Amino acid sequence: MVEYVKPTNDKEFQENFAVKKPLMNPTEAYFESSRCLFCYDAPCIQACPTGIDIPLFIKQINTKNTTGAAKTIFDSNWIGNACGKICPTGVLCEGACVYNHQDVPPIQIGRLQNFATSHAIENGIKLYAPGKANGKKIAMIGSGPASISCACELRVMGYDVDIYEAKERPTGLTLHGIAAYKISNEEVIDELEYLQEQLGLNFICNKPIETKEQISELENDYDAIFLGVGIGPTASLNLPGEDFENVVGAVEFIEELRLNHHQTKVPQKVIVIGGGNTAMDAASQSARLGAKQVILAYRRDKDAMGAYGFEYKLAISAGVDSLFNAQPIGIVGNGKASAVKFVKTENLNGKLSNIEGSEFEVEADLIIKATGQSKQGAFLSLIDGLELDSRKRIVVKPDSFQCTNPKYFAGGDAVNGGAEVVNAAYDGKQAALGIHQWLNS
Amino acid sequence: MPDISINFAGIKSPNPFWLASAPPTNSGYQVMKAFDAGWGGAVWKTLGVPVVNVSSRYGAINYRDTRIAGLNNIELITDRPLADNLKEIEEVKKYFPDHAVIASLMVETKAEWHQIIKDVENAGADGIELNFGCPHGMCERGMGSAVGQEPEVLKTIVEWVMEVAKIPVITKLSPNISHIVDPGLAAAKGGTNAISLINTIKSIVGIDLDSFAPYPIVDGKGTNGGYCGPAVKPIALEMVKELTKHPEIKDIPISGIGGIESWRDVVEFILLGAGSVQVCTAVMHYGFGIVREMEAGLLQFMQEKGFETIYDFKGKALPNVTEWKHLNLKHKVVAKIDESKCVGCELCYIACDDGAHQAIALSTENGSRVPKIIDENCVGCNLCSLVCPVEDCITMEKRDDGTQHVTWDERTAAGDIPTTFDDDRAGGKHHFVPTVQDALKHRS
Repeated sequence: MVEYVKPTNDKEFQENFAVKKPLMNPTEAYFESSRCLFCYDAPCIQACPTGIDIPLFIKQINTKNTTGAAKTIFDSNWIGNACGKICPTGVLCEGACVYNHQDVPPIQIGRLQNFATSHAIENGIKLYAPGKANGKKIAMIGSGPASISCACELRVMGYDVDIYEAKERPTGLTLHGIAAYKISNEEVIDELEYLQEQLGLNFICNKPIETKEQISELENDYDAIFLGVGIGPTASLNLPGEDFENVVGAVEFIEELRLNHHQTKVPQKVIVIGGGNTAMDAASQSARLGAKQVILAYRRDKDAMGAYGFEYKLAISAGVDSLFNAQPIGIVGNGKASAVKFVKTENLNGKLSNIEGSEFEVEADLIIKATGQSKQGAFLSLIDGLELDSRKRIVVKPDSFQCTNPKYFAGGDAVNGGAEVVNAAYDGKQAALGIHQWLNS
Repeated sequence: MPDISINFAGIKSPNPFWLASAPPTNSGYQVMKAFDAGWGGAVWKTLGVPVVNVSSRYGAINYRDTRIAGLNNIELITDRPLADNLKEIEEVKKYFPDHAVIASLMVETKAEWHQIIKDVENAGADGIELNFGCPHGMCERGMGSAVGQEPEVLKTIVEWVMEVAKIPVITKLSPNISHIVDPGLAAAKGGTNAISLINTIKSIVGIDLDSFAPYPIVDGKGTNGGYCGPAVKPIALEMVKELTKHPEIKDIPISGIGGIESWRDVVEFILLGAGSVQVCTAVMHYGFGIVREMEAGLLQFMQEKGFETIYDFKGKALPNVTEWKHLNLKHKVVAKIDESKCVGCELCYIACDDGAHQAIALSTENGSRVPKIIDENCVGCNLCSLVCPVEDCITMEKRDDGTQHVTWDERTAAGDIPTTFDDDRAGGKHHFVPTVQDALKHRS
């Protein structure tokens, strides 16, 4: 049973969506940073996809060199502020903290990271400048974390960078796809503007790249092209009734919520279909938007869910109920969905099978599909010589992130099929180094 | 229930916990409050010709999130008229006749000394402490540590005092001297009834990185202060030991001062021969209530060890404090890591490799971060066990069988010590040392 009251204004929305990792005050940062052991070959660094020198920045916070701490973070990760908030730190750096082995709470690395980077962002402390112009131009397609990271790194090396974005606002998933209780729109934009002021990234928004002609033009105008296109809209389940207006994709639902906050309409009864982190976000957020009943329906059992344990717990603590071993087989309704029809499943010798005659219906006013996103296969097929794997992910060289068409580089969800923002940040930075090496070899 | 009362050079006190002469004993209000909280005695803030103080008086060393690991102060002796202090001493003694009130004194001339001793005796003080210690301000005027650093002058003033004093006299020494025995002996020869030490250590506690002035900053300038608090305890313990082991001083009661905050500190000072302890910084940090922990801990310790009075263990550590040349060169300990407790921080590894004797290796097992002690390289230095963040994870195991005992002194007498630069008897002659190139192995 959900206990959140439907928010009617932005203040109430902010209360329901209070950030999970609030900013530390200087006293808390001082005490928390004092706890760090400064491990040798620290496991937290190894666990960070971007390899931030975490013990160093924590020591810098402790010695009141907060600006230096921010630089240590940004040196490894251009979107270090956002990552501090939205990274699943419990399974990354904080999960690796040695304190866990003695049942002592791990260092709150994510919040310390935010403390340092917020200090730099709020005070507009300039840490970087564009490198001496080298006359080369690189285009980014998509303006999500992979592209921003790639662009920043290229700017420091003296490249001109144009970032093409189909939507009205940049930052891709960071602004449009992350649960609102993890990071606010303002925080995403503040960090982008902070980078923008130092490095002068050229965003070209409302400019979807969709045609062969556009692609040829980019290839003519630029020395290299980075594909940070992410993945596409929610994939179809091919269920009867799926086209009813109150059946929506989780990605689209979260995007609407990020942009419209309390004005996002959520009815009394919601069913979220799926078992991944996006499903958890969609369920948890439906509850926070005031739905009275939110059911998370997953076709396998609890242990098989792709979602992190802490994300599931967060959804449950928001009042979400779960329904396992329930395979959706149809949407019931007459022009408008009123229920989902499920069949019970069981695991027979490792294979999921439906139990015959076990069909049942669960009422719903809104059905959110969090069952994976379609890939950008159609668009990518317009690029000559660009190899995709069987799951429509762009094939790249492991270190340089160069595609099979050598003029192209790619990173983020388009390459890994959907991972964390921090992975995209790493890919983008590495791709920039790959581009630089390729253009200078 | 053990008896923790003391008789210190004739000054009786219900327990050995005294407040040192310092800001917490500036007034009768504070001393009364302290006695009410459980302190057994108080050495009144030094009396003399009242001073004028500055604003901004203390600076501190914080270690990570630990506040005041060391405190530095530039406050002088009392700035209150003597008559006010005497009146309050009298009142306190009325309320707490069985508690010890000791008047700390600092004046210049023989006539002043004689006068003020009479005054505090008339007020009912149980004892006198001669402040020959303050290393800031007063020493510029020829008092405080200026006396403590000149044994002859110190002895003369002690003699002036002893000419007239009818109550026990404690001489308080300054640690700002290379050989504490010199002023200690001078005090003894002057006839003092007891000695207290240490006073504060001359110090600059830090420099402000914006105004480039030392703390505490007084209108853009600063001066050296007197350093105290937990950081100075090891220095105080050593100096107490120097006196309590000295044949011509050891029979004089010693009041231990310096960084005492917990019952453990108290016991350590008593084990080295102190007959009372004096506390200041801990009270300035936590208030008088800190004595609860000291008393409870002391009683618990005495019960567990079967000590009935303070005198059952006073000086008990002294026979074990010896000179380096008498230590057993055959004693051997080796570090041992409890794998079940290890958290894998690898601090022991890097401490040993960079800071000691390269006797710890990283694990070669896949996924394990539990380092391995290389027994044959371990010299038993303890460093790994000191850096380990886990309670009782690294312990030092005794490896010799206890049958052999050879000291440097004995080897010297036997002519069995290294005497030339490349002597084969060098202690580290066959000890493992990596090649210099090994330092850069990680580059390849």
